[in-house]
Amino acid sequence: MSDDKKVNKGRRNLVIACGAAGGVAGVAAAVPFAASWLPSERAKAGGAPVVADISTLEPGQIMTVEWRSKPVWIVRRTKSMLDGLAKVDSKVSDPHSDVPQQPEYAKNEYRSIKPEVLVLVGICTHLGCSPESEPIANKALMGADWEGGWFCPCHGSKFDLAGRVYKGSPAPINLEVPKYTYLSDTRILIGDDTKGA
Amino acid sequence: MAAAEKPPVSGTGSVALDGALTWVDQRFPLISTWKAHLSEYYAPKNFNFWYYFGSLAMLVLAIQIVTGIFLTMNYKPDANLAFGSVEYIMREVPGGWIIRYMHSTGASAFFICVYLHMFRSLLYGSHRRPRELLWIFGVLIYLSLMGEAFFGYLLPWGQMSYWGAQVIINLFSAIPFVGPDISLWIRGDYVISDATLNRFFALHVIALPLVLLGLVMAHLLALHEVGSNNPDGIEIKKHKDANGIPLDGIPFHPYYTVKDIFGVVVFLIVFAIIVFFAPEMGGYFLEANNFIPANPLQTPPHIAPVWYFTPYYSILRSVPPLFNSQFPGVVAMGASVMILFALPWLDRGAVKSIRYRGRYFKVPLTAFVIVFLVLGYLGTEPTTVWGQFGPWLGNVDRATVVARICSVIYFLFFILMPWYTKVDKTKPEPERVTH
Repeated sequence: MSDDKKVNKGRRNLVIACGAAGGVAGVAAAVPFAASWLPSERAKAGGAPVVADISTLEPGQIMTVEWRSKPVWIVRRTKSMLDGLAKVDSKVSDPHSDVPQQPEYAKNEYRSIKPEVLVLVGICTHLGCSPESEPIANKALMGADWEGGWFCPCHGSKFDLAGRVYKGSPAPINLEVPKYTYLSDTRILIGDDTKGA
Repeated sequence: MAAAEKPPVSGTGSVALDGALTWVDQRFPLISTWKAHLSEYYAPKNFNFWYYFGSLAMLVLAIQIVTGIFLTMNYKPDANLAFGSVEYIMREVPGGWIIRYMHSTGASAFFICVYLHMFRSLLYGSHRRPRELLWIFGVLIYLSLMGEAFFGYLLPWGQMSYWGAQVIINLFSAIPFVGPDISLWIRGDYVISDATLNRFFALHVIALPLVLLGLVMAHLLALHEVGSNNPDGIEIKKHKDANGIPLDGIPFHPYYTVKDIFGVVVFLIVFAIIVFFAPEMGGYFLEANNFIPANPLQTPPHIAPVWYFTPYYSILRSVPPLFNSQFPGVVAMGASVMILFALPWLDRGAVKSIRYRGRYFKVPLTAFVIVFLVLGYLGTEPTTVWGQFGPWLGNVDRATVVARICSVIYFLFFILMPWYTKVDKTKPEPERVTH
């Protein structure tokens, strides 16, 4: 130790360098803690694709399967339901599905691979509630021009039978169409669109 | 100074006690701490009703910590067991129901105390120089408390726990580009799941309580450094006697400890009435849907946060989506809380206390209180609660329009504050405190 009041530059720089190195190490040590919040291997496995059997799904019927603990709706739409979609084109925010809420192969007027079979993630794009099915017969509740679809009870978003959001809804974009593919005519793989899976 | 040089403690009336205290005081700053923060901490002598809520908030913190510790002894932070373990506490653990109701009522009581405590600051300018940092510690406490309440609300794993958390975590998804990944990281799964529950439990029982205690300590140290404000908003340190003691100051102990104990008694009576007779408070303290186990496939018909979050929730809902994104609403909600940090610098009034302020402060403050309450009420109800305007106004929900107007007034209260507090015609402050 020196009694000299002058700062020893060499020692000062060493202290700064050690402090900086310690700081870097401290930040690096935070990585495993932050990483521990990412989905675990078990959670990732639980998020694997699921297979839905639609052989018993009648025209006009809806079924719900669970994928990643989210409801996925599969609807076999009738001819009149499909015709109803064009009628609401002017009332929905994104009639041509320009926002990428669907895989490329579902970016069409029906938002599906086969026109009659609709596959949708049943989670409102507003704040994640699950909308309720409101059939075309519920005109009394939903208005005279209702062509069938979904109504979110949380904040009142409306969606048509292709999952397109009505103008004026709090939800900003259409319901999500998940990745999916037909394993056969009656079996759909949801969550993956590579046939080999 | 060596420990042995400290004078011995005397005056307790017992030689043995004097000796014991002397032994401790020579090894720990017992007497000096007692004096600095209690028996020789001089607080203004004109504290009124509004000054109860700081100490009451500390009491509630103590209640929450003690009841919380005992709840963890039977609670299971596991998605398959959590709901059942809460019901087990309620029905089968001796005394479990009262401990749990004290904890759930305590959550609401905490916010009532904190809101009134903050309102007191607005009334008397307690956030103004030199107490800016004291106020900032207070806002940090408020934020931690919001986090604590949010994490805690997931733990019973009821429908409202689940879907409320779903809504709040999805707010982060609205952040452009990185949002969905942040949400995934917070949940630790593709949906709210066991992983989420378990980490929220850790945050609720360990992380945030430690943060809260640290912040409360900092809040008190900052308070005792600058001294308490008072209903006149003047500094009592300006007039001191020969010993340097403020002429308008009285020792916190025994004067205000006794006053606060009276407040504690009244508070505990009200608290006990709620715990015993109305622990659910008509669905405002504990929501009916939370008595149904969490079901990821079915959303409850109406999701509302607990009352203390509803003003901000109303602001969130009232902002329409822009550019296919609900991010603006999230920003507005975040800003509505964060703007509190700026309060000490927004207020440019010549005086601190509402007693000497003019109409240009009283009218905005009244408007602010009204819109805060209206937003709070609307946040508990669906947007359809007041029906719709006619087709000539696009069939828009009446409640949404009111919430939008109130949200604008909420922000104007802060944004225009530098202007209206400056042009306000104030009365002269007194030299010494009044009652």
